[in-house]
Amino acid sequence: MSETAIASPSEAQKSKARPRRPSAFALLLNNRLAAFGLVVLVLVVASALLAPLLPLADPNATDPANRLAPPLSDGHLLGTDALGRDMLSRLLWGTRVSLAVGLSASVIAAFAGSLIGLIAGYAGGRTDQLLMRFIDLMMAFPYILLALAIVAVLGPGLINALYAIAIVNVPFFARNIRGITVGLARREFVDAARLSGKGPVRIVASEILPNVLPTIVITLSTTVGWMILETAGLSFLGLGAQPPQADLGSMLGEGRKVLFTSPFVSLVPGLMIFLVVLSINLLGDGIRDVLDPRLKAGALAKPSARTAVEKNRRWPETKKDETSDAVLDVKGLETQFRIGRSIHRAVGGVDLSIRPGECLGLIGESGSGKSVTAMSLTGLVPSPPGRITGGKVLFETDDLLAVSDKELRALRGGAVSYVFQDPLATLHPLFPVGDQIAEAIRAHQPLDRSEARAKVLDLMRQVRIPNPEARMEAYPHELSGGLRQRISIAMALANDPKLIIADEPTTALDVTVQAQVLKLLDGLRRERGTAVLFITHDFGVVSEIADRVAVMYAGRIVETGPTAEVMANPAHPYTRMLIDCVPVMGEPERRLDAIPGRPPPVDDLPDGCAFADRCPRAAADCRSGDIAMRDIRGRIEARCLHPLSPGDALRGAA
Amino acid sequence: MTTIILKRLLAAIPVLFGLSIIVFLMIALIPGDPATAILGSFATPENVAALNADLGLDKSLPQQYLAWISGVLQGDFGRSYALNRPVIDEVLERFQATLILAGASLLLASIFGLLAGIVSAVRQFGFADKAITLFVLIGISVPSFWLGLILIFFFAVKIRLFPASGMEAVYGGGGFLDILHHLVLPAVTLAVVATGVIARLTRTAMLEVLRQDFIRTARAKGLSERRVIYVHAFKAALVSVIPVIGIQAGFVLGGAVYIETVFQWPGIGAMLVNAISQRDILLVQGGVLVVAASYVLFNLAADVLQVVIDPRLK
Repeated sequence: MSETAIASPSEAQKSKARPRRPSAFALLLNNRLAAFGLVVLVLVVASALLAPLLPLADPNATDPANRLAPPLSDGHLLGTDALGRDMLSRLLWGTRVSLAVGLSASVIAAFAGSLIGLIAGYAGGRTDQLLMRFIDLMMAFPYILLALAIVAVLGPGLINALYAIAIVNVPFFARNIRGITVGLARREFVDAARLSGKGPVRIVASEILPNVLPTIVITLSTTVGWMILETAGLSFLGLGAQPPQADLGSMLGEGRKVLFTSPFVSLVPGLMIFLVVLSINLLGDGIRDVLDPRLKAGALAKPSARTAVEKNRRWPETKKDETSDAVLDVKGLETQFRIGRSIHRAVGGVDLSIRPGECLGLIGESGSGKSVTAMSLTGLVPSPPGRITGGKVLFETDDLLAVSDKELRALRGGAVSYVFQDPLATLHPLFPVGDQIAEAIRAHQPLDRSEARAKVLDLMRQVRIPNPEARMEAYPHELSGGLRQRISIAMALANDPKLIIADEPTTALDVTVQAQVLKLLDGLRRERGTAVLFITHDFGVVSEIADRVAVMYAGRIVETGPTAEVMANPAHPYTRMLIDCVPVMGEPERRLDAIPGRPPPVDDLPDGCAFADRCPRAAADCRSGDIAMRDIRGRIEARCLHPLSPGDALRGAA
Repeated sequence: MTTIILKRLLAAIPVLFGLSIIVFLMIALIPGDPATAILGSFATPENVAALNADLGLDKSLPQQYLAWISGVLQGDFGRSYALNRPVIDEVLERFQATLILAGASLLLASIFGLLAGIVSAVRQFGFADKAITLFVLIGISVPSFWLGLILIFFFAVKIRLFPASGMEAVYGGGGFLDILHHLVLPAVTLAVVATGVIARLTRTAMLEVLRQDFIRTARAKGLSERRVIYVHAFKAALVSVIPVIGIQAGFVLGGAVYIETVFQWPGIGAMLVNAISQRDILLVQGGVLVVAASYVLFNLAADVLQVVIDPRLK
């Protein structure tokens, strides 16, 4: 959507005092799962660290008379294993070993991997190529298999398993760190450090390392769990800890031998591994969310199939009756975006009406709310965060905001169809264009494949696509921008719509193609008597196609009237400025600078006229109360207390 | 299409070459005298000398590599001293069992991972999403070798629904149904982690795709929500999930080492563990090379599949 600008906070808003950002640790604790992980992990680590101080039995003292005692038996809270050794004591001592080995492997992997990543990323060129080729090669091995090969070479044993697991995790660090370093090495502050005569080692240590640290921590938080798990796995296979030394993995391996008779001997150490890994993963997810909020799971909210509509929405009563023959009659439409605690009033009470066969140009700067208005009509504004809070959208006799989902689906692409701005983004990239047109047809008409195909070819000819038989097999990326937009138009025409909503359909095209597409649309609507709502920011375009214009500013219509009248003698100063932005052949001295200033943030609209701050004619009365639309002259209506008279120069007085 | 496959195959050759060098170097990197390490401390000097000559350890490394790789390309991986048979015979026999297990697991993980990911995204923040998220968390944290033991205890010992170990019944086994019966527990155990990872990434990919402009177009066309999600959004999400499935193939092939040991599945993973304990290095070398090469081919297949789905990648 071109209108996403309204969703981002404007400069004015940023400068306002905001509540102080909570510390990273507070954010982490706020995440319930991460906090749970932290608590469990602290408990496990503390009991493992304190094992020598706790009143525990000797973990290696065998007691054959008391072998395989069940849990909760006298003196053995978790029972005993096949040699009669106390399980609780062995569990805590085993956890000590597993944690120590897993964490050591992590530190080694993080150090070696980050070093390789920093060198490769900073040095670039052949060093980079050589190192990364080698890293790629390591990743070409299945993860655990490479660890096995290393243990095979070094021989079984806990320390060798530690090295093996550390080595196979080096590539994850090397890749991530290199990626960040490559970007940083070209930044200005690094160039500045280089020019000031610092050596590469000092630059990497003082300028780059602090910036890659979060990435190292994120990678570490996602791999520590694996490393503990895999070292335990190697011990389980008998390739890690060798008796009498025991870690959780080797305890599990021993327990397996008595699985059928005494399952708890395997259950206990496995549960501990699971708890440790789970708590680390929970904590890791939390750390990642804090350090890299873009990846946060909740940041991507799923938009609903239809914009949410407020139950108690209101709409103004019609004052005139002349709109009764309109194909589309919008009354007091209000659409808001709720982002955090702020409410962005993207559309703040819009009235529009279009008669059959008429083309209405809806014009305004980006961020004025014109696209949101267009999307609101058939509920295409994503919710959350969008929400229609007021108004009525009468299409013929149905209020589109109140019809059932099924009825709405029948209207969408049927009687009301859309042409969007950028056809490369709005056509599906993975389906041939012919199939996409056929799909639009078959969603509304009971045609079989060959009938649909014939109709597709017919539509493609109507929008003047040469050689349609070959083009229908093409994917969107294989066509030019102009052809792609013709495909979109063919799709919009598929079910003989009564209304086409064209949202900046020519903006992404170059000028000659723009003219062709405009001509095509204009011709088609005249042939078929289709009404068009044409949205644009360019008065030049409007003058070529629209019968009437409606000018939009900060979510409201500020002026409407027949195109020629408005173009010749606009009443609202904002309209005048928009018209002045259009370049005219043979008048190179004409001002092309954009309108000075920016629209007010729609989550904090001023009282009175929203344009007052940018308006050279603004007076004291412009800044209070609600300024209503009123008849100015002829068929021109405007929302202005000091409208321009014909011939008035905008800045003459100033 | 064939040109794409040929191009990817050509691109895989340097990777396979690099793999072979690393696997070859395993012998040279053994600390101390490789022949003694392979034969054990009780080997006679004659045996050591014979093995040295066999391995060509008196020649330079490049010469050794050339001799070794030309043997490998002809199917000669040397001899397993512990089993007293050619490495290639043992490896190929075992590899079939691993392919059955890993293939079944990857299939299960792909089907359930994709489904769970889609449901999770569509019902974002709903009950199903929370349940799936919880399963994913548990799935990627649980030690598979422990999960296998629990499943054996419950399904094989307690309710006797599935056999506890092996690939075929000892008496009169070996048919398709018999193998399937033996396959259920190990395949499910091995699939759990991969299912979790695939589900998690599918969810993210779906949520990302559902915000794209072409999804709005699909809705503006009046398509049913089912078609919007399962055809338009899913196909686009699949493009970013397929490489993840390719990578999971590696985790499944590696994880098979644990599962084959737990369930005594006669695959290459269990073979490797035994071979390492017995210092049967040549067998390890052959096994690692075959599994790693098959992983490269798996990823190649994933690459080609991705191009089939996304014509922009051609």
